[in-house]
Amino acid sequence: MAIGLDLAALAVGLALASALASALTIRAPRLLRLLVLPLFGLAGAAAVAAGLVALVRGEVSTAVLPLGLPWLPWQVRLDALSGFFLALIGVVTFAVGLYGPAYVRGFERGRDPLPVLGGFAGLFLAGMLLVVLADDAFLFMVAWEVMSLSSYFLVVFHHDNPANRRAAFLYLLMAHVGGLAILLGYGVLASFGGGFGFEAMRAAPLSFGWASVAFSLAFLGFGMKAGLVPLHAWLPEAHPVAPSHISALMSGVMLKVAVYGFIRFVFDLIGEAHWQWGVAVTAVGSLSALLGVLYALVQNDLKRLLAYSSVENLGIIFIGLGLALVFQGTGQGLLAALAFVAALYHAINHALFKGLLFFGAGAILHSTHERDLDQMGGLLRRMPWTGLFFLVGTLSISALPPFNGFVSEWLTFQAALQAWQLESGVLRSLIPIAAAMLALTGALAAACFVKVYGVAFLGQARSRHVRRARQVPLGMRAGQGVLAFLCLLFGVLPTRVVDLIEAVPRQILGQGLPEATAHGWLWLTPVAPATASYGAPLIAFVLLVLALLAVWAARRGTLRRARRCDPWDCGFAPPGARMQYTATAFAQPLRRVFALLFRIEERVEQRENGLLRHRLVVGDRAWGLFYAPVVRAVESAAARIVRLQSGNVRIYLGWTLSTLLVLLWIIS
Amino acid sequence: MDYLLIASSWGLALLQALLFAALAPLLVGWVRKVKAWLQNRRGAPLLQPYRDLYKLLGKEVRVAHTASVLFRAAPYVVFIATWLAASAVPLVAVALPTAAIADIIVVVGLLALARFFLALAGMDVGTAFGGMGASREMLVSALAEPAMLMAVFTLAMTAHSTNLASVVDAQLAGGLVLRPSYLFALGALVLVALAETGRIPVDNPATHLELTMIHEAMILEYSGRHLALMEWAAQVKLLLYGVLIANIFLPWGIAGSLAPADLVLGLAAVALKLLALGAALALAETVLAKMRLFRAPAFLNLALLLALLGLLGHVILEVGA
Repeated sequence: MAIGLDLAALAVGLALASALASALTIRAPRLLRLLVLPLFGLAGAAAVAAGLVALVRGEVSTAVLPLGLPWLPWQVRLDALSGFFLALIGVVTFAVGLYGPAYVRGFERGRDPLPVLGGFAGLFLAGMLLVVLADDAFLFMVAWEVMSLSSYFLVVFHHDNPANRRAAFLYLLMAHVGGLAILLGYGVLASFGGGFGFEAMRAAPLSFGWASVAFSLAFLGFGMKAGLVPLHAWLPEAHPVAPSHISALMSGVMLKVAVYGFIRFVFDLIGEAHWQWGVAVTAVGSLSALLGVLYALVQNDLKRLLAYSSVENLGIIFIGLGLALVFQGTGQGLLAALAFVAALYHAINHALFKGLLFFGAGAILHSTHERDLDQMGGLLRRMPWTGLFFLVGTLSISALPPFNGFVSEWLTFQAALQAWQLESGVLRSLIPIAAAMLALTGALAAACFVKVYGVAFLGQARSRHVRRARQVPLGMRAGQGVLAFLCLLFGVLPTRVVDLIEAVPRQILGQGLPEATAHGWLWLTPVAPATASYGAPLIAFVLLVLALLAVWAARRGTLRRARRCDPWDCGFAPPGARMQYTATAFAQPLRRVFALLFRIEERVEQRENGLLRHRLVVGDRAWGLFYAPVVRAVESAAARIVRLQSGNVRIYLGWTLSTLLVLLWIIS
Repeated sequence: MDYLLIASSWGLALLQALLFAALAPLLVGWVRKVKAWLQNRRGAPLLQPYRDLYKLLGKEVRVAHTASVLFRAAPYVVFIATWLAASAVPLVAVALPTAAIADIIVVVGLLALARFFLALAGMDVGTAFGGMGASREMLVSALAEPAMLMAVFTLAMTAHSTNLASVVDAQLAGGLVLRPSYLFALGALVLVALAETGRIPVDNPATHLELTMIHEAMILEYSGRHLALMEWAAQVKLLLYGVLIANIFLPWGIAGSLAPADLVLGLAAVALKLLALGAALALAETVLAKMRLFRAPAFLNLALLLALLGLLGHVILEVGA
């Protein structure tokens, strides 16, 4: 076996070892942070190493495992695409290894079972790694189910709260509906290719109709897992209720595994791209991006807000993938590679900054036991390191230069702006509209994260326990610091990153981006220098030099010292903490402008004691439009079927027999 | 010789960036002067904004007890980011190396970075006005930014480039032809510029009436050199938008080479264009009233619509031709 696969096997082995080791935590809870989570982090490091080997070498290595069915041994394969996603999974896992030990310390005295937390986290990681490595549909589906089921137990970890159990059940249900669609999609490919191995599926001769059926099933299944609108409603329920380091893994990494599945299925296994699919994917991506950020904007629960923002970012990734399909389907290989690289770049970026932001939310939760933004305030002075790292996260996710989120959005814009090369006038006008949606999304994301940072970290504390917040332990700060540093690094050195990622489209699409990094490490030039160029290191350098100059001038005493005084506030009485703008107030103008897209219940109630009470509930329209009808249909169907349940065993046996007979008749 | 050329072009780029910062208060002074004339006042001298900045830079800084580090860092970040954005916009000459560092999307990104810190600074002290200003600023910018990018995309698709220098070159090479898409994009960009620089009818730079402020509400707590930097950054931003409109839509006169005669001509040309634009802005601010906040979305949607029409006009009418 090649070294890359060895390392990947080591990663899976370490993940399973961490799952096994957590059995010991029944007796010694300390082992969770002393043994289980360090093993978990090491598994992440091994996965990063395996991924980098695959990306740098750009070769494909395969192996057959001595497991599986007699006629279908499990096959694994490590190519550039798998390598990229291995590295993505590994980076966040490694940071969790640093962050987790201090975070779970609070659970040691709690009533929640620790072996569940450690064991299923290990299985969850092993499942994700195997999904990425699988080379046949059987192993893929097994690993996929391991990933979905073990994450269910992590979501339901705090099971005392009925809302959490409900969220977890919804998650389980959606994961299985999605899994079913994926299974059927593989069924189409397997029946035409004559085998469950991916090699056979690649060779399957598909008509456009059957290929579209397979594509639709895959888009449905993977899109559901990725939380695309309108199938996203489970995501903001399930992700926030897990412990924060698991939320980081679910939002940052597991959603990317769905992206991996989509890419593997559509770009690699089906192989032939059609621009009609690209239009559908771009449209759904744009819608997800816009609605995701709008719903994020009106949330007051920090973790829920971050979960909605994941819907937005997955939308941006799918815009890139949709553009890649359009370009590939119309024979523009180079542009397809550009859009593809943009999507992958955003995938890794989102893993980094969403992991970072969930870590930050976890640090606040750890320190204040608070998730509600309207109770926070002034945390920057109480938790300076978390405040700094969280600021990096918000700048990155708001796509501001010189951080990483900007680079991937810039690349997506560049891909969209090449639409003039297309023949069809419809596509030429549709794609820039998608770009405009992306621009609106970016601006709204900035508004959303100004709200988050301004309300949580700036101003004055709005409640007593937040006023008593303290610095979190070193490990938690280190986990955040690693991700914050990577956010900056990926923003300042985009040429190096693109150099690495470029191996993926070269293998999958047969086309790299030769021009992108051809003009030295300073210049990112996706198509040609005259078309567009971005000198990220130079911008970061100038910003740094000027900032240092300002600090130097302030420190040297050439500038007069600032004097402290009461706030001015137009000369009114000194403002109290309750006079500050709240998160609800901040979002009010945008909520009003986009009122049509929300389900808003707002009323003022007169209480018995004469006090007035303002109630505001902002809901998700997707629930009423797409979920409630299904729930009603299932319930009414169940009400009919329940008549079969007479309680008489002989009648049940009769039903079983007749079902068997019908089935035998069908297959014979 | 080659090195000499490179060094001189970088030197000129630096000079142009400095010129940008140095000229910005003058444009504001000019707009105020014209406005005063239109209102039958004599008005403050043209150089008054420089005097204000000088005075503020020398004053003591007062910082609220409740302010954090971010409050004190924000003026520097805002000024540096705005200035960096401005230095990538061709002011006098096209063939400068700074245009390659940052294309128009990066310029928009840097302005967004400045705005992000401006809004955060508004929320830092924890006063009601600061939060109000930040919330409104983000509303306006969230709606203005897509319109701006759409308008720019129209130009970028015509020029097949998002590089500002290439866009100007393409415009010069195309000659004086009437493109419907350009007219729409110009309209959109003008509306966006009014909104983004906080001018009437979206915001009023002269107001300190509590409930109508947007930009002023965010910098309410600033004093001394911090306030000077914030004000200066706003002036640079106004100049940036003015130059963007002047040099992209009417690039004639801009220096194509680095010859001294061309540069002088370029400077004179951009000065003339800016004088005209400033006078137009003053006229508009005199005849228009400030809108209610919730009318601003309609104003910005008009900008978005114009930009969209420009884009579709370009795609439908001009690409095949």
